[in-house]
Amino acid sequence: MNSPSGERPAQLRVVVVGHVDHGKSTLIGRLLHDTGNLNEHRLQEIRAAGERRSVPFEWSFVLDALQGERDQAVTIDTTRIWLRLPQRDLVLIDAPGHTEFLRNMVTGASEADAALLVVDADAGVSEQTRRHALLLDLIGVRSAVVAINKMDLVDYSEARFGQIRDELAGMLQRIGIAAQTFVPVAARDGDNVVRASVNMPWYAGSSVLDAITALESSLRAPGSLRIAVQGVLRRNLERIIVGRVAAGAIAVGDEVLISPSRVRARVRSIESWPPDGRTEAHYGDAVGFTLDGAAFVDRGDVISSPLGAPAPATEVRARLVWLGRAPLTSGDRLGLRIGTRLAYVEVKTLERVIDIDSLAARDTESVHANDVAEVVLKSRDVLAIDTAGGHAGLARFVLIDGLDIVGGGTVLAALDAPNAATNDLVPVGHLFDRDQRAWRNGHRGAVIWLTGLPAAGKSTLAMLAEQKLFERGFQTYVLDGDNIRAGLGSDLGFAHADRSENIRRVGEVAALFADAGTIAIAAFISPYRADRDRARRAAGTAFHEVYVKADASVCEARDPKGHYRQARAGTLKDFTGITGDYEPPPHPDLVIDTSVISPPDAAAQLLEYIERVVRLEPGATRSANA
Amino acid sequence: MQERSPSLLDELEARSIAILREAYFRVSPLMMLWSMGKDSTALLWLTRKAFFGAVPFPVVLLDTEMELPEVYDFRDELAAAWKLDVRNELCPPEASIDPSLPPATRAAARKTAGLRALIDRGKYRGVIVGIRRDEQATRAKERIFSPRAPDGAWDVKRQPAELWDVYHTDVPDGHHLRIHPLLHWTELDVWRYTQRENIPIVPLYLARDGKRYRSLGEKNITNPIASNAATIADIIAELESTTTSERAGRVMDHEAEDAFERLRTGGYM
Repeated sequence: MNSPSGERPAQLRVVVVGHVDHGKSTLIGRLLHDTGNLNEHRLQEIRAAGERRSVPFEWSFVLDALQGERDQAVTIDTTRIWLRLPQRDLVLIDAPGHTEFLRNMVTGASEADAALLVVDADAGVSEQTRRHALLLDLIGVRSAVVAINKMDLVDYSEARFGQIRDELAGMLQRIGIAAQTFVPVAARDGDNVVRASVNMPWYAGSSVLDAITALESSLRAPGSLRIAVQGVLRRNLERIIVGRVAAGAIAVGDEVLISPSRVRARVRSIESWPPDGRTEAHYGDAVGFTLDGAAFVDRGDVISSPLGAPAPATEVRARLVWLGRAPLTSGDRLGLRIGTRLAYVEVKTLERVIDIDSLAARDTESVHANDVAEVVLKSRDVLAIDTAGGHAGLARFVLIDGLDIVGGGTVLAALDAPNAATNDLVPVGHLFDRDQRAWRNGHRGAVIWLTGLPAAGKSTLAMLAEQKLFERGFQTYVLDGDNIRAGLGSDLGFAHADRSENIRRVGEVAALFADAGTIAIAAFISPYRADRDRARRAAGTAFHEVYVKADASVCEARDPKGHYRQARAGTLKDFTGITGDYEPPPHPDLVIDTSVISPPDAAAQLLEYIERVVRLEPGATRSANA
Repeated sequence: MQERSPSLLDELEARSIAILREAYFRVSPLMMLWSMGKDSTALLWLTRKAFFGAVPFPVVLLDTEMELPEVYDFRDELAAAWKLDVRNELCPPEASIDPSLPPATRAAARKTAGLRALIDRGKYRGVIVGIRRDEQATRAKERIFSPRAPDGAWDVKRQPAELWDVYHTDVPDGHHLRIHPLLHWTELDVWRYTQRENIPIVPLYLARDGKRYRSLGEKNITNPIASNAATIADIIAELESTTTSERAGRVMDHEAEDAFERLRTGGYM
């Protein structure tokens, strides 16, 4: 899988976790060797060092490069091991198992796309196994391969393998980690590490290497735009805003929302050096851009699209791992770094600690080092809050006490978001059912009814608008002849009465879509005014009539389906524009003349209209509907 | 939203640029070490990308006056072409260095002493260094923002947590941060990037008469390797098949098993 430019794809980063004695280092040493990645020079160094100490060689020595580690025989800090494979590079992040060094395990995991969890077949699942699995979820690593190691100690028993696999599968599922593959392994001898094991003929699945390389990066971040602003660089009179695109995409001309001020602005330029004329940036890019107008942006702000923006809140529920030496208690005041913002918070409530043995929650009055807990934090200032279920990248935070990092976690919920809403949001007290859906979606539902002659460009316009709306995070769906006539209207023909009935049905369906919060774009010739008025009555104020206008001669010249030609030849009856009448709307909400503008311009015009009428600002919704 | 799979180099570059900007906005005063080697020169190029053509902090050479002449020439050419604020920091003489260290390690320790003096004098809170995790086992344990005590010491056993890209940059007065924007790159990545971006290099990296420098250190403690790689493309091909380590030509790495670790714990890069 190569990127569009034909360059090597980004590396897959896999953190290796598990109990301290379950054989992680041996497995990594063996992976290095069996894939031909073990540096000859380093292997010699290690063998020589072992000989000087009269210690028999072990594969784990490959990683135990620090003096301190060799003396204590445990991995005290994360290290990185590169595996060069034909398709893509693999980076193994070796994380320490020891509870004492949990901060290092968490550090390693926070860089990973996926995890390799190592469990001793003889000793079975331990407290550290559970703790590591819980932390992986907290850190955001949700896909894993499990190596059930030291199978040689249990006589390569299929029954023992099955027993541990079942226990782990249940545990991982409860935590929320998808374990794709369980592999029985004897790492010391290389069984099922890279090559299949002769000792376990009952196992026909992947080796550890194959299972890892089959993992997809969990780092993909679809969804709408998020940039945590790192700062503003001045170049002459320009103010270039810089930050990494944490989700979505940004392009010149896009309207963006600045949080927490909730001011809107339009993107004037995307900056690069050396200048390459780019006009957009995507997820992962370290972008620089300028905005139109005088909008003030500073470090710590979040840039999003106007829809689905982070919630403004001062109180959040969060799950965290506590790394501080002193226990955490309610009333503690701490620094909170989230995105690029530094805020000060008070621990309002300690809700629960997750019990490592049972994975059940229990009440608590203090949280101790290495505990995973859920707490409520209260900030002095309004924060732009994303949650772990949405934009995970900007839901992550670290806690600071004085100059020390004492914890990290993710936001589960913004607790007071509606109260903090500013004037472009509908006050909570005025919501009724349809508005609650609108609140959830970030926009109102609507029926956008495109009417016009055959080949006027209705479907093209509908499809372009649907695509753009979808990309910007709107709920939307196109209803057109293709998806309606095949089912809902399959019993109907093209005579006047049948056409009226078809349009009645479409009108009712579109109204339901709008009520459910979706922007339904209906693209139908719908030649009769009475039929369209009936559709308007079904949807009420959510109905918007758009006249897609084009001269009959232009439409006939386009004739993409050959219908005009057939109608002229007399082989197609009741064809609107030739043998049937079209009644243009006397008071359309919008007219788009496709005989004078290009499809992209027409789509832009339609989009601008739709975005305006579905916006959640009071008053704006109806103003355009004549 | 259209799915895009970023290329290896694009992803590495974006991450480094974000780290450089984070350093710039959070740590002051700030400087960058430039050894004129391929890594710190690629780092300079990334800096220019991060700040739209400018290098907004001083660029420091820890000078033992033992670099190869081609290296000094390269410094002067690039400093003029890229309008760099280059500071040449003369390191203390070998006589002032701990005599218990092996000879080549002692030479490296001169740089550590020079760096410490410079930090004290300039009250720097941040030093950007182009080290990589794949170079050397102890460097593999590094943080991207790595705190140092006033004597430059690195406490590898008590490193703070570093979570996602939420970097911690607060250190007590008198302490400083080593900032490592290339930590996640490999030697091969740097060469592929140098080739793609057309970044200048010291010509000693390219083979002449069957020998080239794979790693550039002082002339008395660095040896060239046997190689016929006369272009960057040749170097990349050579590295794709080699299993010898990059620093094999660096004498100090082999004098004692823990020599490099002792150097680093004492403040070496």
